[in-house]
Parts: sequence; C-alpha cells; structure tokens
Amino acid sequence: MKTVIIKYNAGNIQSVLYALERIGVNALVTADHEEIITADKVIFPGVGEANSAMSSLKENNLDQIIKSLKQPVLGICVGMQLLCKYSEENDTECLGVFDEPVKKFVSDSFKIPQIGWNTLYDLKSPLMKGVAENSYCYFVHSYYVPMNEHAIATTDYVQPYASAIHKNNFYGVQFHAEKSAQVGEKILKNFIELI
Amino acid sequence: MLTKRIIPCLDIKDGRTVKGTNFVDLRDAGDPVELGAFYAQQGADELVFLDITATVEKRKTLSELVKRIARQINIPFTVGGGVSSIDDASVLLKNGADKVSINTAAYKNPQLIKELANEFGSQFVVLAIDTKQEADGECYVYLNGGRTKTETKCFDWAKKAVDLGAGEILLTSMNHDGTKQGFAIDITKRLSESLAVPVIASGGGGTMEHFATIFKQGKADAALAASIFHFKELAIPDLKRYLHDQQIEVRI
Repeated sequence: MKTVIIKYNAGNIQSVLYALERIGVNALVTADHEEIITADKVIFPGVGEANSAMSSLKENNLDQIIKSLKQPVLGICVGMQLLCKYSEENDTECLGVFDEPVKKFVSDSFKIPQIGWNTLYDLKSPLMKGVAENSYCYFVHSYYVPMNEHAIATTDYVQPYASAIHKNNFYGVQFHAEKSAQVGEKILKNFIELI
Repeated sequence: MLTKRIIPCLDIKDGRTVKGTNFVDLRDAGDPVELGAFYAQQGADELVFLDITATVEKRKTLSELVKRIARQINIPFTVGGGVSSIDDASVLLKNGADKVSINTAAYKNPQLIKELANEFGSQFVVLAIDTKQEADGECYVYLNGGRTKTETKCFDWAKKAVDLGAGEILLTSMNHDGTKQGFAIDITKRLSESLAVPVIASGGGGTMEHFATIFKQGKADAALAASIFHFKELAIPDLKRYLHDQQIEVRI
C-alpha cells in the first residue's frame, strides 16, 4: 500500500504526515507525478490562501494530475476547497472535481474565521464509518462549501454547510482530521482502508 | 455548535516542563510531551507550550521538542517564547507547530505580525498580551514577561494587532494571574465583543465556576490555565462536565 501526500506550497503537511504515522501509515510527501499517479491513496492537504495554493499546483502541473486520479483522494481543509469549482477567496478558479462553489462566511454575530471544535452530523459514506453522530472535529476556516448532494457530513456555523463531501473516488473534509483527536484518526484510518 | 476551548499551558525550560506536577500516573512528569499527551487524552482542546529557555542552544532544543510534540499529540498546539522573526516561526512550523504565539517582539515590531500572517496565514499567529489594570482604571500592555510597562492601552494594541493579521488574542491579566480568584471579566469581554478573532482568557482560573463565568460573562472563546491542571486541583473531564451542565458548549 502506497500513500502519498501531495507536496506544494500550502502549509502544514508535516502534521498530516505525523497523524498518519500515529495510525501506522508511512506516507510519502511528494510532488512527483509518477509517484502520485501510482499511489494507492492520495492525500491533498492545505492550509492558507486558495489563490496562491492553486498557482502553486499549476506551476507544477499538479492541477491536471489531481483531477485525473482514479484512486481514493482525500482533500483536507483548503485541499477540499480546491477540489470544488470556484472559491470566493481572491476569485479563484479551482479544480472543479465537485461542481460546487466555495463561499465566505458572512455574519455580524459569528467570529470569522471559525476556529475550534464543532460537530459533524448527518454522516454518510464509508469515510464516516464508525464515527458517531455529533462527533467533534477541529476547524479553522473563513470559507465554506454550501450544502449539496455530495455532502457526507454537515456542520453548523453561521448556517449549516457541507463539512465533508464525497463523489466517486474523491473525498474532502473541511476540518483538520490530522488534529481532531481520536475522531480525526478514525476518519484517516477509514480513508486508508477504502478499497 | 462551536465549543468553548479549555487550554492547559506548559512552561518549558531546556526541553523540560517547569513547575513540578503531582501526576503520579506519569512516568516522567517533567517531560512536556508526556504531560501534553496526558492532557490531550483527558480532553484538552488545545495545548500551549511556552518556552522560557534563555540559552543560545534554544532554537535547536525547541525545534526538536516541537517535532516530538507534533509526532505524538493529536490536537492543535501553540508554541511561544522568544519568537521574533519569520525564521524563528518557520522552524517551528516545519517541525509541526500549528500556531506560534508572539508577544514582546510583535510589540516592538508590529510588522512582524503582518509578515507572519502573510507568510503562514493568520490562523498561525496568536498575539499574546500581558496586561495590567492600573489605578486610573485602564488596562495597559506590559512587555518582557510583565517586567516592562508601556503606555499603550491593551484594547488599542489588540485592535491594531488584529488589523495587522493576528488570528487570535491570548490575553493574560497580570492582576489576576496566580491569584486563583477568577479571570479578568471586563477586559476579556471588551476585547471579545469588539474583535473579530477569538480571545483566549488567561490568568486567575481557580475553580470550575471561574471558567463558567469567563465564558458566560467574559464572552471568552477559550480559557487557559497552568498550575491548577498541573497540580490536579482541577481535572479537565470534571471541568468539562460541569461546563456542559451549565449549558456551555464544550467537547466531551
């Protein structure tokens, strides 16, 4: 089993690597196309700003590679947002695997970004197998994916939104699974065990 | 619903936890990683590691420690103490820190906040403020671990820091710190209600009621404490159950 973490200019890749290590998975951090294409599982992490993250992907032609992958792919945080069609964050055209927009939270009464632990509910898909309804995960984000037919988890902040999505071989989680205690580890484990 | 956060703080010197603890169930109570892991398992929502080492070997010791923490701990953690440049912060990030806390260096060079936020994102930048309410009723900013008074008001500095890109404010009230008589409600509330970013209240937490009060009346997003956790005066699971019973949203 070969698991790769896509290396590009987008922050805390080390944390994902260590989280996998804790569940007994040795992942390879790489931007090499061949390594990514031949992996059994691909993790697409991301922290930071969507536009510069997309530029970094394009510079290395990783945008085309990611879209064409056939094995299970997991986008985390900005990684999930980049799998969508378009982000309001600096008007960014994204990968378009999911035909959904990424919107900015707008509220007078909620602090933005959302920082901290929030619940997941209406859980679906093998990614959420064994995860209890209303489990807590750790979130840090100002942009969100609205509710859509691909939602496999819902979270309430300002309004209900899709905190995890799944379509074909592509999965995305808005929360930092790598920092979400046992629940996050369970979700990462589920991803690694997907067929 | 987004929860209120409980954050134990560990003071580190030369890679070891300072201030003894009376955890009999730890193999080595002086090992910050082991203590941090224990808190994580108890339900802490986040950890703060404050490095107070003052030697030239510091950066190396700290980066190795941060790597060990990142490897073993499955919740977010902040590292602070002497971070004064992009390079300092970059070493911590590369070793797995989720956030850095900056204090005196940011006050002396506010552009540091902007540079860090641009380079690593606001979520990475926690601005720590030590403040003291003076006889005139105003809260002023103190530097160098509370040894140096400034003429800047706490609220003004916090606001400026957020405008520059600070993602969270860690507010320590020197009037309350170490007293175990409760957190500073007024200044915490003022900051939390006026600023767009989360405010972590620190200093004075002694009982479970104090935590409930700082969340309900002080509108804090998180509360930080050290010795009451280290000396087992308050166990995190008990505290969280209490807060839950008080209708305060916490992760249990």
